Amino acid sequence: MSDLEIFRAEARAWLEANCPPSMRGDAPNAADEGAEVVWGGRRATYENPEAELWLDRMAGRGWTAPTWPKQYGGGELSADEARVLSQEIARIKARPPLFSFGLWMLGPVLLEYGNEAQKREHLPKIARGEIRWCQGYSEPGAGSDLASLRTRCEDKGDHFLINGQKIWTSYADQADWIFCLVRTDTTKKHEGISFILFDMASPGVEARPIKLISGSSPFCETFFTDVKVPKENLVGRLNGGWDIAKRLLQYERQNISSGGFGGGAGVELEEVAKRYAGEAAGRIADPDLRVRVAAHRMEARAFALTVRRLEEDAKAKKGPSPAVSIIKYEAAKLNQDRCELMIEAMGLRGLGWEGDGFAPAEISATRSWLRSKGNSIEGGTSEVNLNVVAKRVLGLLDHQ
Amino acid sequence: MTSALNEEQILLRDSARDWVREKSPVSAFRKLRDSGDVDGFERAAWREMCELGWSGILIPEEFGGSGLGYRTLGLVLEETGRTLTASPLLSNAIAATGLLLGGNAEQRQHWWPKLADGSAIGTLAADEGAHHAPERIALAAAKTGSGYTLNGEKRFVPEGGTADLIVVAARTGGSAGDEHGLTLFLVEGNASGLSRRPLKTVDSRGAADLAFRNVELPGSAVLGSAGDGFALLDGILDRARACLAAEMLGAATQSFETTLDYLKSRVQFGQAIGTFQALQHRAAKMYTDLELTRSCVEAALDGLDRNVNDVPALCSLAKARAGELWHLVSNEMVQMHGGIGMTDAHDAGLYLKRARVAEALYGNAAFHRDRYATLMGY
Ligand SMILES: Cc1cc2nc3c(=O)[nH]c(=O)nc-3n(C[C@H](O)[C@H](O)[C@H](O)COP(=O)(O)OP(=O)(O)OC[C@H]3O[C@@H](n4cnc5c(N)ncnc54)[C@H](O)[C@@H]3O)c2cc1C
Repeated sequence: MSDLEIFRAEARAWLEANCPPSMRGDAPNAADEGAEVVWGGRRATYENPEAELWLDRMAGRGWTAPTWPKQYGGGELSADEARVLSQEIARIKARPPLFSFGLWMLGPVLLEYGNEAQKREHLPKIARGEIRWCQGYSEPGAGSDLASLRTRCEDKGDHFLINGQKIWTSYADQADWIFCLVRTDTTKKHEGISFILFDMASPGVEARPIKLISGSSPFCETFFTDVKVPKENLVGRLNGGWDIAKRLLQYERQNISSGGFGGGAGVELEEVAKRYAGEAAGRIADPDLRVRVAAHRMEARAFALTVRRLEEDAKAKKGPSPAVSIIKYEAAKLNQDRCELMIEAMGLRGLGWEGDGFAPAEISATRSWLRSKGNSIEGGTSEVNLNVVAKRVLGLLDHQ
Repeated sequence: MTSALNEEQILLRDSARDWVREKSPVSAFRKLRDSGDVDGFERAAWREMCELGWSGILIPEEFGGSGLGYRTLGLVLEETGRTLTASPLLSNAIAATGLLLGGNAEQRQHWWPKLADGSAIGTLAADEGAHHAPERIALAAAKTGSGYTLNGEKRFVPEGGTADLIVVAARTGGSAGDEHGLTLFLVEGNASGLSRRPLKTVDSRGAADLAFRNVELPGSAVLGSAGDGFALLDGILDRARACLAAEMLGAATQSFETTLDYLKSRVQFGQAIGTFQALQHRAAKMYTDLELTRSCVEAALDGLDRNVNDVPALCSLAKARAGELWHLVSNEMVQMHGGIGMTDAHDAGLYLKRARVAEALYGNAAFHRDRYATLMGY
C-alpha cells in the first residue's frame, strides 16, 4: 500500500469513528436561506450539540485547516493528502465542521504575509472556530473600484486611528474581528492602502444590519468612529495592503468556486421538475423544461470536469492556470441558472414567501433563488471578473 | 398594424400616468407590503381608480362603463404596472370579460354595473396546480336537480381572498386533460361551502387558494353553455394574457428606466458605469427587446378590439415575450445596481419578485411557445 493509501485508510477509519450521525447527509449550503451551519466565534450557539462535537474533533485533529502547519492549528497535510481527506469526507457526506472567512480568506493570506506573532495569535483561533472574522472591503463609493476606498487610518504614534464607513460587510454584526482595507496615504490610490486587523468589540465600531431581498440580514453597514487599533495589527507593509487585498480576493473566489455557491443542497432539480411539472414515462413531461434542465445539467458537468482538470493542471505545473479566472464567474452563473430553473419547475409553488400555504422546501427555493442573485455581485461582480479574463488572460487591453 | 391612439385614449393614458405618479408610486406598494395587509391592495386607491373609470373600461356605457376596449385598458395597465400598483384592476377586467364573452342579459345586468363602479371585485379561478394548465381542470360540478354542486380546489387565484364574483371553471363531463366537459360558473365570494386561504406569495399580492365543499349553484350560474366551456375559458384567458402582458410591459419599462438612470449616475473608476461598453450593449439589447415586446403587446390588444382572426397566437406571443423581457430586465436591474440591488430597501427586488409571479400566471414563456407552435400548426 502506498503512503497515500495508508493515509486514506486511516482517514476513513477516523472519520467513520468520529463524525456524529447527524453531521452526515446532504450538506447545507452556506448561502441557502435558513440553512443551519456552524460559523463559530465568541458568540457561537449550537442548536445541535453534535455540531459542536464535530467541530471540536475535526479542529483537534487539525482538519478544519488540513494543509496549515501544525503549530498554527492545521493538519500539515500535503496537497495529495488533503485531496484524499476531502474525498473521504465526501464519501460519508460529512458536513463541513466550520464555515469561516478566517479559514477561506484571511488564514491563507496570513500564512503568506503575516508576521510570526500574527500567525501564532490568529491562525489557531481560526482553525478552532474561536474567532469569527468579517471582511471590510467595500464602501459606498468603492465597490468594483475597490481601490478608491476612503476609510482613513492615521498613525497616532503608539496606535492607529480609524474613521470611515464600510458597506455590504457580511456578518459584521456577528463577527468578532475584521480584516479591513484602509487608506493610509491620501496622495496615492493603490499604493495608499493598508491591510489591518481589529477587534469588532473596539469602541467606535458599529454594525447596522441591512435586509436582503431574500428577507434575511446577513450583511451590514459598518461605521468606524475614532477606532483605536494597536500598531502590531498592520499586516505587511504600511501602504502595501493592495497586493494582500488582491491575494485574498483570489482565495475568496477560489473558495466560492469550489462549492461556496452550493449546487444541489439536497433537492435535485430533475426530481422537482418531475414532481411539480409532471412526469411521463420517466421523463420530465414538459419537453421545453426538460431540454433546459438537461442543458443546465450538462453545463454543470462541464464545470465540474473543468474544476478537476484545472486542479490537476495546477498540481502538475505547480501553479494555477490562468483559466481559474473563469471559475467564479461560471460558478455564479450556474447557481443562478439552477435556482431559476428550480422555481420555474415548481411553478407558483416556487414563489411562496411564508406561511402554511407553502411547504418549507418551497419557501426555501424562493429565498435561495433571491439570494443567488448576489452570487454575481459578491466577491467581485461578474463584469469585473470577465474584465480580468479579457485583460489579463486574453491580453485584450482598453483602447487608449 | 396597430392603430394610432385616439384623443380619448391619450387623455386616459396621461391621466393614468399622473395619478400613478402622484397616488401610487412604488413606495405605496412597499408601504402596503410592510403593513402586513392580506388583501394585497389598498381599498382607498382602488376606489380612486374606479372613480377614474378604469374598472369600467371594458364594460358598455349602458352598464356604467365606457366600453373603450382592450387597447385602452392596456394603456392604463401599463402605467399601473410601472409602479407595481397593487389593485384588482386586471382581475376585475377578466371577470368583466367573462360576461362579455359568455354572459346572458340577466348576468350582465346583475354584475356589470357592480364591476364598473367597483362595488364588486371580480376574478377568474381556473388553475388547480402550480402550473398553468387549463385543460387539466378537475374541480367537479355535479348536476343536482336544476342546479350544480361544486367540489374541488382552485390555486393561486388572483384577488382570490377578496373577490365578490369568481368565474370558476369546472368539470361537468370528461376528465382532467380533456378539453370537452368544462363549464364556467359565476360564484359569489361568500357562497356557502367556499373557503379561501390567502397566500403569502413572494410578490405580496392578493392570491388565495380556494376550496369548494358542496357549493350549491342554481342553473342560472352557468356562464355560457354547459359542457363546452373550454373555448369560452380560452377566450377569457387570452384577454387575461394580453392585459397582463401590458402590465408587465409597463413594469419592465420602468425596471429598465430605473436601471438606465443608475448607469448614468453611478460612478466607479472615475466614470459613470454606463460608459462601460459591457453594460452599454446589454442596455441597448434590453431596449431592443422592449421595442419588440411593445409591438407584440399592442398588436394583441388591438387585435382583440378589432376581432382579428389570429388573436390566440398574438396573445401567446405577447405573454411569452413580456415574460422573457421582464425576466431579463429584472435580473439586469439587480445586477447592474450591484450590492444595493440586493437590498430590500431598493426597488429592484420588488420588480424581480412581481416579475416571476407575472411570468408564471396564465402560462409562462414555455407554455406559450408550445401553444404558439400548436396554433400555427407545427
Ligand atoms: C451578498 C453579498 C455579500 C457581500 N459581502 C461583502 C463582504 O463581506 N465584504 C465586503 O467588503 N463586500 C461585500 N460585498 C460587496 C461586493 O463586493 C460589492 O457589492 C461588489 O464588489 C460590487 O460593488 P458595488 O456594489 O459598489 O457595485 P458597483 O461597483 O457600483 O457596480 C454596479 C454595476 O456596474 C458594473 N461595473 C462596475 N465597473 C465596471 C466595469 N469596469 N466594467 C463593466 N461593468 C462594471 C458592476 O459589475 C455592476 O453590475 C457583498 C455583496 C453582496 C451582494
